[in-house]
Amino acid sequence: MQEKPLPVRATPPEPRTRRFALTPTVIVYLALVVLLIVGSVLVGLRGGVLLDQAGLLNIFTRATALGLVAIGQTIVILTGSLDLSVAYLVGLTSLVAAETMAGQDGMIVPGVLLALAVAAVVGLVNGLVITVLKANAFIATLGVALILRGYLEHNYTGPAGDVPRTFQHLGYDRIGPIPVAALLMLAIAAACWWFLTRSRPGYHVYAVGGDIEVARLSGVRTRRTILTAHVLCSVAAGFAGIYLASRLGSGAPYVGTDAVFDLESIAAVVLGGTLLAGGRGGVVGTIGGVFILATLDTTFDALAVDPFFKDVVRGVVLITAVALYARRMVGRSP
Amino acid sequence: MTSAVRLAGITKSFLGVTVLRDVDLELRAGEVHALMGENGAGKSTLLKVLAGVHRQDAGTVEIDGVAHTFAGPADAQRAGIAIIHQEFTLLPHRSVAENVHLGREPVRRLRVDRRRMVRETRELLDWLGEDGIDPTAAVSTLSVAQRQVVEIVKALATDARVLAMDEPTAALADHEVELLYDLVRRLRERGIAILYVSHRMREVFDLSDRITVLKDGAFVASAPTADLTSEDLVRHMVGRELSTLYPDRAAPDELGAVRLDLTDAGNARVRDVTLAVRAGEIVGLAGLQGAGRSAIARAVFGVQPFTRGTLAIDGVPRRITSPRGAVRHGIAFVTEDRKGEGLALRQSVRDNALLVRRSALRGRRSRVADDLRALLDSVNVVSRGEHQEVRFLSGGNQQKVVLAKWLAVDPKVLIVDEPTRGIDVGAKQAVHHLLRELARRGVAILMISSELPELIGMSDRIVVMHDGTPAGELPAGASEAAVMGLATGHEVGEVA
Ligand SMILES: Nc1ncnc2c1ncn2[C@@H]1O[C@H](COP(=O)(O)OP(=O)(O)OP(=O)(O)O)[C@@H](O)[C@H]1O
Ligand SMILES: [Mg+2]
Repeated sequence: MQEKPLPVRATPPEPRTRRFALTPTVIVYLALVVLLIVGSVLVGLRGGVLLDQAGLLNIFTRATALGLVAIGQTIVILTGSLDLSVAYLVGLTSLVAAETMAGQDGMIVPGVLLALAVAAVVGLVNGLVITVLKANAFIATLGVALILRGYLEHNYTGPAGDVPRTFQHLGYDRIGPIPVAALLMLAIAAACWWFLTRSRPGYHVYAVGGDIEVARLSGVRTRRTILTAHVLCSVAAGFAGIYLASRLGSGAPYVGTDAVFDLESIAAVVLGGTLLAGGRGGVVGTIGGVFILATLDTTFDALAVDPFFKDVVRGVVLITAVALYARRMVGRSP
Repeated sequence: MTSAVRLAGITKSFLGVTVLRDVDLELRAGEVHALMGENGAGKSTLLKVLAGVHRQDAGTVEIDGVAHTFAGPADAQRAGIAIIHQEFTLLPHRSVAENVHLGREPVRRLRVDRRRMVRETRELLDWLGEDGIDPTAAVSTLSVAQRQVVEIVKALATDARVLAMDEPTAALADHEVELLYDLVRRLRERGIAILYVSHRMREVFDLSDRITVLKDGAFVASAPTADLTSEDLVRHMVGRELSTLYPDRAAPDELGAVRLDLTDAGNARVRDVTLAVRAGEIVGLAGLQGAGRSAIARAVFGVQPFTRGTLAIDGVPRRITSPRGAVRHGIAFVTEDRKGEGLALRQSVRDNALLVRRSALRGRRSRVADDLRALLDSVNVVSRGEHQEVRFLSGGNQQKVVLAKWLAVDPKVLIVDEPTRGIDVGAKQAVHHLLRELARRGVAILMISSELPELIGMSDRIVVMHDGTPAGELPAGASEAAVMGLATGHEVGEVA
């Protein structure tokens, strides 16, 4: 909380302009468009096409699992928290879903529900460690991540469980070049957008992330808000695990960590313009960030560039974005 | 009149340290009740107990005869208690309406009813006559005074019957203070019980019907304002007689050579600043908010450096482009934003006091431990030891730590910006004497203060700023009218 600063000059309030403002969300979508154009040109010069049916499918597929994880990550980051356990949780939920289904159509619903329940419990544990034990979110969720890893390493050596064919439709069906799962992911993003910008608990997410002490003094139940955010984040990771199980046909313990979903999701959130410190940003930007990362990867694959170069470019993009947003924020606050 | 709130036997301790001891207080509907006491007396803590932020260890909070135990701030709000905290409780990136309804957002068909939030906020702003504030604007775009208005609207939006205000004027300029008085009186007429904390005597006598004094967490006295004199009040607060006189000014032979010399200096905020401060002299810098007083201080200290003119220290022209450079040249700056810029709140008294010496000056490390004691004693810091985190100190003691931090490097020039803001009478006097003592030791002091009596009482000379440039200079003991005349852009002679 900020001590009341001293009367600086009593500037008249700037008249609120409804003018088009270059917010981080706008920047990220502009960047996406530019990237799609540049990517298309580069791939075109090599005689290929970036945005053909296969290319689009590739981008959407990459964006689906990461998108789900990043949506959840957005909510916790907005409350000023963080979740490093999502990568292992994705692996765990894929196993829970696939093992429960065990190849039987009748077990699809129980498998999905059980995987989501496990995810919710993990989120609850994360939230409780942070709010009750008052552990720093970084350490708390890292600890939970290590516990999950221990469990996975001890009990699994590779893929397990069996997803019935019917359920694999979720992973592979598409409408034109767009996978159904990607549309579901976007629907979940829309629901989260509604939650954050329209519902009361969503308002409280921003308040807690903006200044937890201010929120507390204003009567916001800060503990409940943080718990809710963590449960939602884990459930979103659970959806990602279920989706990946459906694609792989089985559960895979390291499907989340191989994709580095923990750091990738945080990168997507930050790229989307959400402040890592919380209180500012949103799901719309995150989805933009996810598609930027997915497009970069797809473009690099099409160009067959060296993986090292690819990582360097991703790093540069991320740093540039954050520096750009920081500038804009400085420009804003008086 | 009926009593709206009764606090009885309130006791509260933090980590074994008792901060409130068996405090009673009765607050009546339609009364402005001032709560006074030194820094750290427990005023804010008592308000926080009333507002459900802290749970008392013992004692009862009774509202209209019903005893309440608040589980949290939301509970107290529902019982009709609103509080304006000493610190801002606004989220800068959220809109005015969102802040006003924070924690109590109206919901209609599952959604937050934004239209209603904006409408109700606008109604309250209109009622206050503050229709210049747009309910949909982000709080970060508002001025400090406007933020204080939003803070009040936020409290009023709860339909409170009891309103506790913790130093609501500390961040306001004079004319804004008038608006606040007016507002408090209107709320009183509506039958709202107001508990008002302030260190400003004049304000308390102007506004309150009754005064209660706390000292060291215990109840000392409570009486109708009409029955008290300011001497009584000070005696209750401080526990002894306290002369309200300012320390003697410098005698002509105590003034030395010019230490700080500005000639035609300017930057984006100020222009044509020609100003000299001698060793042993306290020069007051007066002016309205935004006239450029702090801008000069910040320029001399290299925060936002001068881009034109010359700046000389002890007769040698210097180019100062960073605070570090300023420190190297013997300039010290006590900023107006104590918590934001003056202190590392989570560090110890010791680390704060030694911050400048450790960072800007080389060597001399071995001597540090020896004279830290002497240093802290010289400014009279009262703490639970040099390892206590400064955020737990009272405002007055925090300010003394800031002074100690600068004294540790033996400055030639000391700039103090609002050095006594938010600190109690006793501490204020201690700071005044400390400044004069430093001047006697040959430091050149430039002092900014919005409290005119203080500025006039302390200064050997007053430079009045108007619109970014010095409008004139007045000798020691100038009248308030003369200062205001120059500050508002009139010639001295024009002031009636
Ligand atoms: N959360 C806390 N933990 C530990 N000590 C605290 C806490 N809050 C306040 N204190 C201590 O309680 C005492 C009373 O503080 P309080 O803020 O109530 O004083 P105050 O009368 O409001 O002073 P001021 O005039 O400076 O605002 C101080 O010694 C302070 O250090
Ligand atoms: Mg206080």
